[in-house]
Amino acid sequence: MTLFVVLKIIWAVLLGGLLVNLAVMVGMDMGVGTLLRFVGRNDAERRTALNIIGPHWDGNQVWFVVAGGITFAAFPTLYATSFSTFYIVMILLLFSMILRPVAFEYRSKVDVRSWRESWDWAFLISGVVPMFIYGAAFGNVLQGVGFHFSWDGQYYQDESFIWYILNPFAILCGLLAVALSIHQGGAMLMIRGEGDIARRARRFAVIGGFVGAALFIIGGIWVRFIAGFAFTQPVNPGMAPTPLHGPHVVMRVGALMDNFHTYPAIWLFPAIGLLCMILAPIALLAKKPILGWWLGAIAWAGTVFTAGAAMFPFLMPSTTDPSQSLTVWNSSGSAYTLGWMLAFSAVFIPAIIIYTGWIFRVMRGKVETSAIAKSDHSY
Amino acid sequence: MIDPTVVDLSRLQFALTALYHFQFVPLTLGLSFLLAAIETVYVITGKQIYKDMTQFWGKLFGINFAIGVATGLTMEFEFGTNWSMYSHFVGDVFGTPLALEGLMAFFMESTFVGLMFFGWDRLSKPAHLAVTYLVALGSNLSALWILIANGFMQDPQGAVFDPETMRMHFTNFADLVFSPDAQAKFVHTSIAGFVCGAMFVMGISAFYLLRKQHREFAARSFRMAALFGVIASLAVITLGDASGRMDYLVQPTKLAAMEGIWHTTTPPAAAWSLFAIPDDKTQSNLISIGVPYVLTPLVAHDLSSPIPGVVELEQAAKPRIENGIKAVIALKDYGTTHSPSALATFHKYEADMGYGFLAQRFAPDQDLTKITPQNLPTILNKTARSTIPNVFVEFWAFRIMVALGVAFLIIFAFCAWYSLRNEIERRPWALHAAMWAIPLPILTTLYGWITAENGRQPWTVYGWLPTFQSASSHTVGYMIFSLIGFALIYTVFIAAELYLLFKFARLGPTSHASPAEPETVTAGFGKPGYAENPWQ
Repeated sequence: MTLFVVLKIIWAVLLGGLLVNLAVMVGMDMGVGTLLRFVGRNDAERRTALNIIGPHWDGNQVWFVVAGGITFAAFPTLYATSFSTFYIVMILLLFSMILRPVAFEYRSKVDVRSWRESWDWAFLISGVVPMFIYGAAFGNVLQGVGFHFSWDGQYYQDESFIWYILNPFAILCGLLAVALSIHQGGAMLMIRGEGDIARRARRFAVIGGFVGAALFIIGGIWVRFIAGFAFTQPVNPGMAPTPLHGPHVVMRVGALMDNFHTYPAIWLFPAIGLLCMILAPIALLAKKPILGWWLGAIAWAGTVFTAGAAMFPFLMPSTTDPSQSLTVWNSSGSAYTLGWMLAFSAVFIPAIIIYTGWIFRVMRGKVETSAIAKSDHSY
Repeated sequence: MIDPTVVDLSRLQFALTALYHFQFVPLTLGLSFLLAAIETVYVITGKQIYKDMTQFWGKLFGINFAIGVATGLTMEFEFGTNWSMYSHFVGDVFGTPLALEGLMAFFMESTFVGLMFFGWDRLSKPAHLAVTYLVALGSNLSALWILIANGFMQDPQGAVFDPETMRMHFTNFADLVFSPDAQAKFVHTSIAGFVCGAMFVMGISAFYLLRKQHREFAARSFRMAALFGVIASLAVITLGDASGRMDYLVQPTKLAAMEGIWHTTTPPAAAWSLFAIPDDKTQSNLISIGVPYVLTPLVAHDLSSPIPGVVELEQAAKPRIENGIKAVIALKDYGTTHSPSALATFHKYEADMGYGFLAQRFAPDQDLTKITPQNLPTILNKTARSTIPNVFVEFWAFRIMVALGVAFLIIFAFCAWYSLRNEIERRPWALHAAMWAIPLPILTTLYGWITAENGRQPWTVYGWLPTFQSASSHTVGYMIFSLIGFALIYTVFIAAELYLLFKFARLGPTSHASPAEPETVTAGFGKPGYAENPWQ
C-alpha cells in the first residue's frame, strides 16, 4: 500500500469522525432547539434551556463549518459535486441553519412576547430541518444520486431535487437523525437543567432514543433490498484522483451488504450503534444523563460508521453513470494536500477537544433560572 | 456550457452573500482587539469603568458577531453549492486554507466567545483577559486564512495544473501562505476592520458626549478609539498602496481598470486621474482631470516604468489566446485518448490554457475545434476584449474607497487632537462627524471588496479558470429560489441587527449609571423582576 492510499484511507476515516462529531455536538444543540417549545412552558424556562447550551453552541457549530472545509480540501470533488447535486436541499439546510446564531443572540434581548415567540419558532425550524436533511443526505447517498461529469470535470445533475426529499428510505434516515438529536439534546438539558425542564426533557429524550433504535433496525433490514454499487473490475486505490475515467461499476441489490460478508468485523459498528441506542434512554430513565449522553454519542458513531462501512470505498455513487461514482480513491485531494492537512489536524483537533472540554468544565453545574435574569450576558 | 443567466445569477448571489457577510466581519475584527485593549487596561488598573466599557462594547460586539457567524456559514458551503467546477478545479489548493481557517481560527474564536460572554464570574481576571485575546486572535487568524485563499484566486501560487486529473494540484504550502498578494491583502483588510471598530466606538461615544450622558465612560472610549483610529487609518492607506503595487506586478488588467488607463502611459508625466468618466464601449475617458507625474511613482515606485493600458493589454492577450486554444484542444484530446503526442502539445502551450477556456465562450457551439482561420480573428477580438474587467465600475469603486479612507484619517486626526487636549466636548462638529461616519468604514470595505473582485474578472483563478466556467450547472429556477430566500432572510437579519444596535447603543452602559440617568437603570433586558413575571 502506498503512502497515498494510506492517506486516502485515513482521511475517509477522519471524514467519518468529523461527521460523527458534527452529529453529536451540533445535533445536541439542535435537539435543544427542537425541544425548546416543549420543555419550556414559559419564558423563564425557555431561557434556562437556551442558557444550558448558551456558552457552547457557537463553538459546537464549528464542527459543521470544519466538516465543510475539510471535505473541500480532502475530497474536493465530493465537496463540489454533493452540495451542487443536493442544491435545493442544501439551500434549505443553510436557510434554516443560519437562523440559529441570530436566534440565540437576539431572542432574549427584546422583552416582547411576539419577538421571542418568533425566535422560538426559528429554533424549532433550525433544529428539525438541518438534522432531517443531514440524515436524509445519508439515505440518498446510500442509494446513489443521479449525476455525471463532462470531459472537463463539470458535473451535471440528472434528476430532480424532489426525489431527494420524497424518497422513503431517505425520510427514514432523516427521522433517525432527528430522533437521535432529540435524545442528545434532551440528555444535555437533563445534565445542566433542573426540575420541570429536566423532567420533560427526559421524556422526550427517552422517546427519541427508542424511536432511533427502532428506525435503525428497520433501516438495517431495508438496506438488503436496496440496490448498492459494486466494482466489476479491479480497482487501483492509488489512482490519480479523478472520476472521469474510473473502472466499471454496476448497481446490484444487496451490494451494500458485500463489505459485511467480506469483513465480518465491521458488524461491530451496527451492533455498537444499536446497543447504545437502546442503553442510552435506559441510562436516562435511571437518571444518569451524563452516561446517557455519552452512549448517545457512541450510538451516533456506530450509525455513521455503519453507513460508511457499508458503502466503502464509495462516497457518492452515481445512478445514471455508475462508473463515474465518487469513491475514496477517485475524489480525494492530492497526497501533498492530504499530508499537510493530516499534520495540521494532528495538532489542532486534539487542541480543539482539549479547550472545548476545558470550557465545559469551567461552565459545569446546573443553570439556575434566577441567575439568568440577573446576568447581562444571558440568552 | 452553463446557461449565462445562471452564471450571472450565481455571481449575483455570491456577491450578495459575500457583501452581506462582509458588512459584519470588519467590525468583528476591529472590535475584538479594541475589547482586548480595553480589558487590558481594566486588568492593569482594576478600575470598574473599564470593565463596564468591555462589557458594554462586548454586548454590541455580540449583536454584530451573531450575524457575521450566520452569514459566514453560507460562505463556507457556497463554493460547493454554486461553484462546483471551481471547487473541483482548485479544491485541492483552495480548500486547504479554508479547512485550516476552521481548525485553527474559527474554532478558537467561536469556542472562546461563549466563555468571553458567560465566564466573567467563573474565571480570574487574567484568565478572562486571555480568553478575550484568544477571541481577537481567532477572528483575525480567520481573516488571514480566508485572505490566503482569496490571494490564490488573485495570484495563484504554490500549485500546478495536472492534466491527469484535469484540476490544479497543491505543490508548495509556503508559496501559498506567503504569497505576497495574500499577505498584502490580509494586513490591508484586517486593519480596515480596525478602522471600522474604532469608528464604531468613537461614533457611539460621540453620541453620548453630544447628549452629555455617560461622560466619563464616553470620553475614555472616545480617546482610545480615536488614537486607535489614527494609527489604523494611516496603516490601512499605506498597506493599500502595497496592494495596488501587487496589482501592478501580477494583475495588470485590474490596475489598468482601477486607474482608467486605456493606453500604456509614457512616464514620467503619467497623470493620476482624480475624476474621469471611463467609457467601456469606446475605450476612452469622456472627461479626465488628473494630477500629472503622480501615477508612475505611485504604482511602479519609480519614475520610468510604463503602466500598461487596456488596449495594449488586449493586444498582448491575443497570442496567449491562440496558444490557449491549442492547449485546451490538446487537453480534451488527451482526456479521451491519453496519447503522448496530445500531452506533449498540451505541455507546450500549458501556460496559456486559461485563455483557451476563455475563448470557448465565443467559439461556434462553444467548441474550440470549430474555429477556422476565417472566424479566428473575430473570436480573438471578442476573447481579448473579455479579458478586461468593467473599467467604469472598477475605476469608481476604487476612487470611492480611497476618498473615504482619506476622509477617515482626517476625522480621526481631528478627534484625537481635540480629545488629547480635552477640548472635544467643545467641538460638536467633530462629534457630529464622528457619529455620522460610523457606517462609512463598513461601506468602504465593501467598495474595497468590489475593487478586488470585480478587478479580477473575467477569472475566478487569475489566468487559469474563467468565472463563467466555474459555476454549477443549475437551472434559473433554482437560482431564483435561493436568491430570493437569501435576500429575504438577510434583510430580516440586518433590520433586526440595526434595531438592536440602536436600542442598546441608546441605552448605554447600564451598571454604573448615575441617578441622573434613570432610563438606563430600568430599561435593560435583564431587568430585575423579569423572571417573576412569566407569560403563563
